[in-house]
Amino acid sequence: MPDLSTNCGGIRSPNPFWLASAPPANSGGQVQRAFDAGWGGAVWKTLGQPIQNVSSRFGAHSVSGARAVGFNNIELITDRSLEINFREIYDTKKKYPKNAVIVSLMVETRQEWQDFIKRSVDTGADGLELNFGCPHGMCERGMGSAVGQEPKVNQEITSWAVEYSSIPVLVKLTPNVSDIVPHGLAAKRGGAHGVSLINTIKSIISVDIDRFVPEPRVDGLSTNGGYCGQAVKPIAMHMVAALAREEGFRLPISGIGGISNWRDAVEFILLGSSSVQVCTEVMLRGFRVVEDMIEGLDEYMRTHGFANLDAMIGKAVPRYSDWGNLDLNYETVAKIDPALCIGCNKCMIACEDGAHQCIHPNPTGARMPVVDESECVGCNLCQIVCPVEGCIDMVKVDNGFAPSSWNQFVEEGRVLRPKKGAH
Amino acid sequence: MISTPLDPDRAESVFADFKGEYTREQATLEASRCLYCSDAPCVKACPTHIDIPQFIRKIATGNLKGSARTIFDANILGMSCARVCPVETLCVGDCVYNLMHVPPIQIGKLQRFATDHAYAEQWRFFEAGADTGKTVALLGAGPASLACAHELRRRGHGCTVYEKRGVVGGLNSTGVAPYKMKADRAADEVEWVLGIGGIDVVTGVTVGEQVSFQELEARHDAVFLGMGLGSDTNLRVPGEDLPGVRGAVDFIEEMKGSRLSLAGVRRAVIVGGGNTALDAVREVKGLGVTDVVMLYRGDEAAMSGYQHEWAAAKVEGVRAEWRGVAVGFEAGADGRVARVLCQRLDERRQPIAGETFTLAAELVLVAIGQSKLGALVGSLSGIEVSSGRVVTDEHGATGRRGYFAGGDCRNGGKEVVNAAAEGKAAAQAIHAYLTGGL
Repeated sequence: MPDLSTNCGGIRSPNPFWLASAPPANSGGQVQRAFDAGWGGAVWKTLGQPIQNVSSRFGAHSVSGARAVGFNNIELITDRSLEINFREIYDTKKKYPKNAVIVSLMVETRQEWQDFIKRSVDTGADGLELNFGCPHGMCERGMGSAVGQEPKVNQEITSWAVEYSSIPVLVKLTPNVSDIVPHGLAAKRGGAHGVSLINTIKSIISVDIDRFVPEPRVDGLSTNGGYCGQAVKPIAMHMVAALAREEGFRLPISGIGGISNWRDAVEFILLGSSSVQVCTEVMLRGFRVVEDMIEGLDEYMRTHGFANLDAMIGKAVPRYSDWGNLDLNYETVAKIDPALCIGCNKCMIACEDGAHQCIHPNPTGARMPVVDESECVGCNLCQIVCPVEGCIDMVKVDNGFAPSSWNQFVEEGRVLRPKKGAH
Repeated sequence: MISTPLDPDRAESVFADFKGEYTREQATLEASRCLYCSDAPCVKACPTHIDIPQFIRKIATGNLKGSARTIFDANILGMSCARVCPVETLCVGDCVYNLMHVPPIQIGKLQRFATDHAYAEQWRFFEAGADTGKTVALLGAGPASLACAHELRRRGHGCTVYEKRGVVGGLNSTGVAPYKMKADRAADEVEWVLGIGGIDVVTGVTVGEQVSFQELEARHDAVFLGMGLGSDTNLRVPGEDLPGVRGAVDFIEEMKGSRLSLAGVRRAVIVGGGNTALDAVREVKGLGVTDVVMLYRGDEAAMSGYQHEWAAAKVEGVRAEWRGVAVGFEAGADGRVARVLCQRLDERRQPIAGETFTLAAELVLVAIGQSKLGALVGSLSGIEVSSGRVVTDEHGATGRRGYFAGGDCRNGGKEVVNAAAEGKAAAQAIHAYLTGGL
């Protein structure tokens, strides 16, 4: 039976599924119910000096009947009293000693960091997460992403936290930067035990086209929010992988960003995450979604023979390379399975209007398009638009050319195959 | 106002819609499922070639006006077709989802959603073209003539529709099963089509009687024959003239337009196996007759009526006598029909000696077809009539110069959507003829 337990920068939990620091981890009642449902850990809703929130707070990006594939918020850190928060953290940790309880913090001065860290450690929490990521509201006051975007400030505050803390410190990074790597390295220089990413992406989720105001609307005004949910997963995975493959980094990563099921979690783990954090999916569907996450991960690990998480963490990282290393002589073409084709012609119009004009009506009149393999560049677009699983296969062509990447072509003068689809 | 007010208590008013109406949420969800096929099979299956993926996408995006425009541009009768089309054998039947064993897109219900919305909002999409000074006579005020006239008006030709009944709309008003569409909705559609302006409708006039073809030719520049089919075909068996034995089309027309007493009718026999018979069995059942039997000379697989309609009839409690034919009717003590005398047929539909049976019935509807009206125009030189149908070329032109035809009188009795397609195609041919292109 696979061992799902994890150790992320010294923070241990029975499984890698943590609630992210967000509304679902706002109170002891919520976190305890989450642990009852099976969540391995929880990063408490960020604590700081008391704030006041606006109404309304959330917006959603819905697509073709699928509601809230993207989500944003303009909510700030906790608006509950610090005393209650710390007491509930203490109670929760005491009641659930095996689950990871992490306190997220966001304050300004060195003195505040010292005070908040002491009170957090006194709760018995397993770790701290420094919120250097929030891209709305708090950043206007010099906190959140305002810190995460400045490597020097990030490093300095991290070093304070590490100095004052007797428990592991994770630094939560903002994706609102051009390259994540210097920011991860800054946290490492500051002494962080790990990083968590991504926090939300600066966004305007939608515009009320009748009132001419962006959403979420606070009377007649709006502001940019933090974008999250399934739609941000590809951006988050890139950032996780960019740090995971960085030679000079090598810190544990808690992966965050659009994880909504076990499959997403597996992808984040394969790209180097030793725990994964979830918020939006819980906000939309409740704590019970973790049951499928645990079962799915367990079954995946059995299927692939992974005895424990360490065996699979970062397994796909070595395969994430630079474009210049890709084999330009590797060639695939689309093959349509006549037994599965339903004749929707979606591949044909996609190729004709959006790709390389190499899928044509069947000359026999049959309602199944044909691929001109001499022109097919193997772009995958037809396979992507095909509604039938397995109907279009991208098949490797043995073209007789030895592998050659662009770098090999430039550096060693290797031979490239003739271009296709460049008519 | 063309139509006389409808009696709100007419018999058909007891029927509810068999296929319900979509809410906006339902429509949006269903529309979002559409694969948006290219060169889609559903479009090919539609006789009027509505750009179905495009109108459905517009529902999904909330562009309802654009959706309705797409529908009506192809088929001005899109509202009634959404309700009465046998979509199971047309667009929905050809949805590619069927091949994936996934429920097909409910195109008819989506079309109803968009077109009903257009009617409710009173959106108008089309204007009459600049007056050409030409006029066209259209015989019959059913779907074929309405579609033809509307298309002619878009091109600026004047139209006069001659209708022998007092009711406009043809079978949409007098023949459609009320669980698909009731007469009030057909009247709404007539008003919608006539809203383009410049279509005169003359009711209570039979061409060939009150008005001669010579007069029509003198008044108009072209003639469109869209007069549909005639009255119910008789069985020609003893007792057919008994009270309680009547043609199904005649019965349905009465049910749709007026009150109807079925007091004393507990058992009904409907003779036939086509779509009129299938409508009639469900209608009689829905009107409260307990025991409804369809008497058909072939077996279940051989009936010309749609299988999906028969499946629905069975669910509603109708039963059938297969390979049986009515050979006579007997009266009861009240002088009305009481019994149907039947003969069993073999697989080749030949009588099996000695195998007779009797069905008790207080109402018998004969639904074995309608007479063809081709003979009406058969005397006009150049017009060819074959098996009662007016023969035309693919565009709807008859052999007589300036005469065109479409709908049931041309195709022998098909769907409203066929009439709409043929009427529109004929209008295009008439336009070419009137502007010297033919």
